[in-house]
Amino acid sequence: MLEIRNLHAAIDGNEILKGLDLTIKKGEVHAIMGPNGSGKSTLAKVLAGHPDYEVTAGEVLYEGRNLLDMAPDERAREGVFMAFQYPIEIPGVSNAQFLRLAYNEKQKHFGRDELDPLEFKDLLKERAKVVEMDASFMTRSVNEGFSGGEKKRNEILQMAVLEPKLAVLDETDSGLDIDALRVVAGGVNQLQGPENAIIVVTHYQRLLNYIVPDFVHVLANGRIVREGGKELALELEEKGYDWIVKADLQGSGAAAPAN
Amino acid sequence: MVTELAKPQNNYQSAFQSMRKAKPSVAWVELVRESAMDRFEVLGYPTVKDEEWKYTNLASAAKENFLPLAVRADLTVEDANRFSYPETAASHVVLVNGEFRPELSQTNDLGDVVVLDLFNATTDARYSKIVRDDLARSATYHDQGLTALNTAFLQSGLFVLIPKNVALKTPLQITYITDTGASSQMTLPRVLVVAEENSSAKLIESFVARGEQSYFTNSVVEVVLKDGARLQHVRLQREGRNAIHVGTTSAELGRGSSYNSTAINLGAKLARHDVSVVMDHEGSECWVDGLYVVGPDQHSDTHSLIDHKVPYCNSHQLYKGILDGNGRAVFNGKVFVREGAQKTDALQTNKNLLLSPQARVDTKPQLEIYADDVKCAHGAAVGQLDQDELFYLQARGINPDLGKSLLTYGFAEEVIGKIEIESIRKELDEAVMNQLHARLEVQG
Repeated sequence: MLEIRNLHAAIDGNEILKGLDLTIKKGEVHAIMGPNGSGKSTLAKVLAGHPDYEVTAGEVLYEGRNLLDMAPDERAREGVFMAFQYPIEIPGVSNAQFLRLAYNEKQKHFGRDELDPLEFKDLLKERAKVVEMDASFMTRSVNEGFSGGEKKRNEILQMAVLEPKLAVLDETDSGLDIDALRVVAGGVNQLQGPENAIIVVTHYQRLLNYIVPDFVHVLANGRIVREGGKELALELEEKGYDWIVKADLQGSGAAAPAN
Repeated sequence: MVTELAKPQNNYQSAFQSMRKAKPSVAWVELVRESAMDRFEVLGYPTVKDEEWKYTNLASAAKENFLPLAVRADLTVEDANRFSYPETAASHVVLVNGEFRPELSQTNDLGDVVVLDLFNATTDARYSKIVRDDLARSATYHDQGLTALNTAFLQSGLFVLIPKNVALKTPLQITYITDTGASSQMTLPRVLVVAEENSSAKLIESFVARGEQSYFTNSVVEVVLKDGARLQHVRLQREGRNAIHVGTTSAELGRGSSYNSTAINLGAKLARHDVSVVMDHEGSECWVDGLYVVGPDQHSDTHSLIDHKVPYCNSHQLYKGILDGNGRAVFNGKVFVREGAQKTDALQTNKNLLLSPQARVDTKPQLEIYADDVKCAHGAAVGQLDQDELFYLQARGINPDLGKSLLTYGFAEEVIGKIEIESIRKELDEAVMNQLHARLEVQG
């Protein structure tokens, strides 16, 4: 589904990703872990097409197509979804209006019927159960006045409505208490199936107790320096990131040429 | 060689004399009209040398010599009804070119509320005292040339009386239709609204036009709230694109009264709205909110004055502006807290959204405080669409054009959403979007 080859990306001229490779097949759950500043969030933003990040080398294939050639909104309509670490507030636009517009843009894209407000209300009611969200959230402005946990739940609600093929969760666990974490993770698990894939970007192992990954990748200095199964996350929880980062710097990693 | 300047005042003088002949009145009305005409002769049109008119230039309008001739337009009831809303189908009062037209109005839902031709009310035994007390008091013509002109030409207009303790369920709509046929006409609608003690009502004013002619609307609306009265006031300025609109709204608030006004400015090539609220009885509260949407080749100017003269009054103000193309806007908001007006609570905010690099807004919130135990704040902001918000929408599959429309809609909604009449809200949502040449069907 997703093939990342030798990806280099920079923000404001500073190279953050320095030759990242990653392959993801449908049905899989991948965790991207790593210390602060390792490039985890940069990877998520590059996949979503954030305009502040410049891809300087490498390629990303999504279902065989060049993802980097697609505008962010086209990526979204084609099934790439990033759950934001810091969801944005949109004053004056209700959650229901926003979600219906997004949903209908996707329907149009695939030549399917758009839903009117009443039809959409039913769909929304159904999907909101996934994240145990109250109906009152639908008439409120998008994320405005939402608590941290409510914003994250709202992200997963959007995911439930848009049914992405590839979901990238950018530090979705940050700022969540244990109950909200359970709700959010439960929502993600309900949406995971054999036809889609999930990338969980996280600093801590905690979320992976609830969303169990098939693969764990450790990112340091803009590259993946270690890969393993779910047990690698537990090892990191116990030992921290230092030993991997140091091993990488002492080994071939630091000296490896960009190409 | 001596060139006789064709001063516009000269033409106004002859129009004034023929109007007086056609519409003679009692002594006090004649006196008001004459002294107002005298003031206009002295003041004339405001010019950019006047600090209050620094950014809004009426020089070409003054030259165009818009004459205040009352043109009787032939409209059918169906023509007039098209401007009402479902909520006001049976409470729709129509003025055409400034003249009250009862035969085009629908008044079945008005109950005990009185609507009368204002000029006739001045001599109506039941109401002449009220009119005499309240007319031309808050909208002073001594220093406002165009208000003086409006006052001088009092020959019809509308008097609205909401009697003591009456709670009007249905919103009352006043529609000002301009239909002059020919160009270069001035219409001078004049309205006096008196809300008596402990009454409550919703008032909608709608300025519209038939046809594309150029014309000048010079309207003056005085609102008097007696003790404990409550009024929600929605003002919709949707004049034709070739129109000049200068409107004055002045309100006086009685003890413990509540005045909640929302002014929406969409139309006209050049629009100016002067809104003032005088609070000289304790315990009153007002909201003086508005939205101006200014497209290419449009100019919209709002001057607001909220005058706290006594203690224990609250005022709230939120004005928002959306500017596109080379649109220009002016917001000048004065809040005065006079000496002794302790325990005043006043908040004033003006926010502007510039959608194009050619758009320009001059905003000047002014807070003048002469009391020491008050809570006051004000602020102004001018900005563009937020890039993070746009990306967020894009990341959900919404293309940038649609995203911009949605964010603009959201910006306007803080003001539009206040209006409690659903069909007006819907119409405005569409109008705001259409005006910005955007496509968006927002519901839900």
